[in-house]
Amino acid sequence: MMPELGKYAFAVLASYGVTLAALAGLVAVSLLRARRMKRALAAAEAGRGRIDG
Amino acid sequence: MSIWEYANPKKFIATAGAVLPIVAPLAALVLAVGLIWGFFFTPDDYKQGATVKIMFIHVPAAMMAINVWGMMLVTSLVWLVRRHHVSALAARAAAPIGMTFTLIALATGAFWGQPMWGTWWEWDPRLTSFLILLLFYLGYMALWEAVENPDTAADLTALLCIVGSVFAGLSRYAVKFWNQGLHQDSTILKVGEKDPLDPAYYVPLVVCIIGFVLLFVALVLLRTVTEIRARRLAVLQARERLG
Repeated sequence: MMPELGKYAFAVLASYGVTLAALAGLVAVSLLRARRMKRALAAAEAGRGRIDG
Repeated sequence: MSIWEYANPKKFIATAGAVLPIVAPLAALVLAVGLIWGFFFTPDDYKQGATVKIMFIHVPAAMMAINVWGMMLVTSLVWLVRRHHVSALAARAAAPIGMTFTLIALATGAFWGQPMWGTWWEWDPRLTSFLILLLFYLGYMALWEAVENPDTAADLTALLCIVGSVFAGLSRYAVKFWNQGLHQDSTILKVGEKDPLDPAYYVPLVVCIIGFVLLFVALVLLRTVTEIRARRLAVLQARERLG
């Protein structure tokens, strides 16, 4: 199944590896920060509701 | 119905919440199809051998590196002219994505260049303008972090974005302007012309480009919503501190 990359195996695999790692990292960081911010804002608004109410 | 409705943060968050569950899986699917097609099911090039497979990530990443800056330019101008906060926050949200695409383009270009040109790096017009674009992305992100007042930060980063657009444009047209160096001109728009890209490469490349665009749309929506929430949280915390 693996294509025959010959003497270019390092160049091709490194390119795909770096790309997939960078994109996975970007997606993970974005998701984690989104979740953290949503939770923090909900907590802050709930606290403010208690004060206002 | 006007596009300016989406300048309302609540409307933007609601719309992003409806669009994201469609765009995000679609991006993953199209990107997976394109990359698997490009990596496993394309023939070796008669000159470049298996390194031609790098094209399926290098070209979309490089295109997006420039186009994301273009999107940031448009949203920055909207901020400067109409003072819509969502617009400035969308530009801020897009910058790390564009920076990642630029890094990918530079890294895969180096991996491709070494066996084909005999060097990892050359001070070629396109490569150099891409490196400068990366520095602009880093500077843009640093400026947002460095300025405490968010509106002042939005103003200054918008100006930096306008200046950086010169280099984003140069990155795209450097090969045409100087007509020298190692990097070739684009072949993807040469369909129907002499020496076009073979359909065996062209079709999966287009799939990969669509995948990168969808990934960007999904990420920029998610990250803009996060920036809107971060801004709202900062306002609430400031009010709390004041009493």
